[in-house]
Amino acid sequence: MRYNSLLDSVGHTPLVGLPRLSPSPDVRLWAKLEDRNPTGSVKDRAALAMIDQAERDGLISPGSILLEPTSGNTGISLAMVAKQRGYHLVCVMPENTSPERTQLLTMWGARIITSPAAGGSNEAVRVAKEIAIENPDWVMLYQYGNPANALAHLESTGPELLADLPTITHFVAGLGTTGTLMGVGRFFRDAKPDVQIVAAEPRYGELVYGLRNLDEGFIPELYDESLLTTRFSVGPRDAVRRTRELLEVEGIFAGVSTGAILHAALGMAAKAVKAGEPADIAFIVCDGGWKYLSTGAYEGTLDEAEDSLDGQLWA
Amino acid sequence: MSVDVRIPTILRTYTGGEKAVTAEGATLAEVVADLEANHPGIGERLLDESGLRRFVNIYVNDEDVRFLAGLETAIADKDSITILPAVAGG
Repeated sequence: MRYNSLLDSVGHTPLVGLPRLSPSPDVRLWAKLEDRNPTGSVKDRAALAMIDQAERDGLISPGSILLEPTSGNTGISLAMVAKQRGYHLVCVMPENTSPERTQLLTMWGARIITSPAAGGSNEAVRVAKEIAIENPDWVMLYQYGNPANALAHLESTGPELLADLPTITHFVAGLGTTGTLMGVGRFFRDAKPDVQIVAAEPRYGELVYGLRNLDEGFIPELYDESLLTTRFSVGPRDAVRRTRELLEVEGIFAGVSTGAILHAALGMAAKAVKAGEPADIAFIVCDGGWKYLSTGAYEGTLDEAEDSLDGQLWA
Repeated sequence: MSVDVRIPTILRTYTGGEKAVTAEGATLAEVVADLEANHPGIGERLLDESGLRRFVNIYVNDEDVRFLAGLETAIADKDSITILPAVAGG
């Protein structure tokens, strides 16, 4: 397929069937390969949409400095788009993310400010908000509250899924900024309201939840609970187990967050089998496993992988 | 019904530092009441007058109770309950 530029090629990702992981010919799993985007992650869609929107709103022009709290993938996507459009990017990233993410961000020309590991992305958001106040001329696109993030999925991911899989019954994705689920959820609420929208939320080690008190919790401004059918918390053991299963059984080399999503998707598949109902369950492969090779997720026993992921932001 | 409840770091001051405690109850509301009886003070950190506090997530067998029956969610023997604060991803 031919595109005029790299940015024009964002999206249009393949949807591939998983004949061996699907429990029966009537209950089928489908993987949306978002790792086929330019930087290898689903975040390219949101990053491009947020920058396009900021340009249309006249908020940025070449030379502008963008600021973003990110655990990595959104930052990498923004850096890729920024480099081609002539923007500078400053990322606030928790120090407990994989070194590959730092290397990639640096490669695409982003500057990185680290935030403390304890508190995870909550801390990155807090630090970025402080920096934004100190630097009023910097533009924070703010993926957690920017409607263009969800809109990207309403306008592209959702329609692509329906076109490729008109019989879709379930959509399963990770819950981070909530952009993917909110956008696709809103699309199906209008286009095919009986599609179940299922969130898989990574459950990290204790360090990440090390808030000082419960009032410092964080819910992305984009989040609208009414768009979800249900929401599962998936720990690192199940996430790693499913990530390895996806590679072993279907040959797909995905990142650890995809394992968490697959775990939830298989849970929905089991429910459909039990209820004797046919199902076409589509889920997001957020990225490939390349950025997580150093985390220990792909080697040793499950116990060892679980131990090495403890304290890391693996999704 | 006897169930294990996983307690987040910030609430372990109420459980004497225990990461997980056992509680009884046929519904989540009863489990929370039992937690409060044995670990006074924890109840009001989980609930306010409107129900589950905004930044508190409770999962029964890994499913968010807000999508089950909330505090009326039925609890069966050997279910696992996890309490977590809401945090950012992305």
